[in-house]
Amino acid sequence: MKKVIELKNISKAFGGELILDDISLDIYDNEFITLLGPSGCGKTTMLRMIGGFEHPDCGDILFMNEKINDVPPHKRNVNTVFQKYALFPHLNVFENVAFPLRERKVPKKEIREKVEKMLSLVMLSNFAERSVTSLSGGQQQRVAIARALINHPKVLLLDEPLGALDLKLRKDMQQELKKIQKTTGITFVFVTHDQEEALSMSDTIVVMSEGKIQQIGTPTDIYNEPQNAFVADFIGESNIIDGVMLENYRVSFSGHTFQCLDAGFAQGEQVDVVVRPEDVDIVPLENAMLQGVVTAVTFMGVHNEIIVDIGGFKWMIQTTDSASVDDRIGISLDPDAIHIMKKSKYSGMFGDYSSYSNELDELSDPGGEA
Amino acid sequence: MTMQTSVKTKKRGGMSLALAPYSAWSLLFILVPLIFVAYYAFTDDNFAFTTENITRFFTATSELKADDGTIGEVRTYLVIFMRSLKLAAISTLVCLLMGYPMAYIMARAKVRTQKTLVTLIMIPMWMNFLIRTYAWMTILQDTGILNGLLGLVGIDKIHIIGTETAVVIGMVYDYFPYMILPIYSILAKMDGKLLEAARDLGCNSVSVFKRVIFPLSLPGVISGITMVLIPSISTFYISQKLGNGKFFLIGDAIEGQYIANNLHFAAAIAFILMVILLACMALVKYLTARLVYGGE
Repeated sequence: MKKVIELKNISKAFGGELILDDISLDIYDNEFITLLGPSGCGKTTMLRMIGGFEHPDCGDILFMNEKINDVPPHKRNVNTVFQKYALFPHLNVFENVAFPLRERKVPKKEIREKVEKMLSLVMLSNFAERSVTSLSGGQQQRVAIARALINHPKVLLLDEPLGALDLKLRKDMQQELKKIQKTTGITFVFVTHDQEEALSMSDTIVVMSEGKIQQIGTPTDIYNEPQNAFVADFIGESNIIDGVMLENYRVSFSGHTFQCLDAGFAQGEQVDVVVRPEDVDIVPLENAMLQGVVTAVTFMGVHNEIIVDIGGFKWMIQTTDSASVDDRIGISLDPDAIHIMKKSKYSGMFGDYSSYSNELDELSDPGGEA
Repeated sequence: MTMQTSVKTKKRGGMSLALAPYSAWSLLFILVPLIFVAYYAFTDDNFAFTTENITRFFTATSELKADDGTIGEVRTYLVIFMRSLKLAAISTLVCLLMGYPMAYIMARAKVRTQKTLVTLIMIPMWMNFLIRTYAWMTILQDTGILNGLLGLVGIDKIHIIGTETAVVIGMVYDYFPYMILPIYSILAKMDGKLLEAARDLGCNSVSVFKRVIFPLSLPGVISGITMVLIPSISTFYISQKLGNGKFFLIGDAIEGQYIANNLHFAAAIAFILMVILLACMALVKYLTARLVYGGE
């Protein structure tokens, strides 16, 4: 695969605070790559750097093997869909989309053809003469996409483009964006803090925290083989327990020894053990590997979310079985339900559900970066 | 549904109650005087209906000595009106050409600098406008401060006082803040993302200004033009003091008729001026909507 953009050892500080810390990343042709992380992790700064709106303090940005550190935004073959769309309020839908073509003095007839084609791609053919301020959020979103695509850039940058849409519309737009990316063959660099969005749309996910890349991989890699406690917690739900690697394929935690599929750790090495809530089986007490007391049960529609106290550590279990608070239940783990990670600075910060509540989770969901 | 409607009605009722003092104020001090102006304009000394005052504005003639010494007969008030319009238009243009760049620089400055600059622009407005005009007299007089300074650096004296230039200088000085402030406030509020979007879509700085910043600032430009043109077209004091009374303007005409106790004719001139200005503003508004905002 051909590299379109390379970031090489990029660092950037604002007012003494390090926002990007020695970032290196390759972005390939025709790829849907997502920069994922919480507010303030540096993902938007990285995107703005590719767009030409920020400049690295040190390190290089390469576009098709050429250094573009000092190339201004209007000379880059890259376009952006801005977070709040940034449509021009004094122009109608047609003129917004035609904006970049008029700048290049494209002949009028060609402009009309191109804009009409682009508007039909985003399903807004009947809206050409409408004022952009009269459109709904979803429609404005499509205009922004059409406007950014009309120059047929090599790379399209999308800065939390779905953040302002309601859930249903967001799901539809996710599908549509993916489809547009496939039809146009343009590389999409997508920024979001929404892990579900990242998992469902991306070819590659770049998980970021505190200005550093935590992990780069396909959605399945990231979900199944998280590299540290931060990634395991940020992508989906995880129980993260302190464990000790006894030997290859054998790990001990919560007072029990388990078979696992991981190898290559030192004997007796302290590790973080990740168990996804949906991989925990509830079994009769006599067959149980671990036992605990149920402290909370939440009905989630498809499954129940059960919090169970096992030796003082609260596990989350997602199951279609039911249980009641104060029940004593037994659990069993298959070897492929267990994933072992090396200790990191994030160890012990995540993965315990003692203070868990649904409301809290929703409240702390960031509404986008400033 | 019914409940919603009733809540809405209630809200609207509360709103108009809250607005009542303002509405009463507008009625008493804006609408009623306007009605009186119109009433006086269309009546004679016995308050009988007449259009004579209006006709007089368009037909009254007087003799005027042209530059080459020939004496011609002209329509008095139309000449005065055109002169007022010319000086006001020049002043407005000068204000715009100086005010827009100034407003642009202010809007780009640091927040602290912006505040200082706004205050500096406002300070002269705290002084009485008669005093400001007198100040300009002492500056512009043949033996005034300006010529004094020119003399110090060895440049010949220039004669400004009593010329149209002096009147324009006075108008520009008095009304300049009214041009800067509306433009500045619109430029300062402009969404920076729009400018980034324009650059992203291929515009260099000149093009960003031409295609995004300027069109979006037009409402500010229009209100600036309105707020400078209207008072300067009807001004009367500046021309008397800085123009040595040589440039009789429409405002001077109204004042003169009023002082001579010709209330009805004074009202007629004011009424005609108002109608012309309203028509101009409506046209400007229509044209900008048409040409810039595509009919919105």
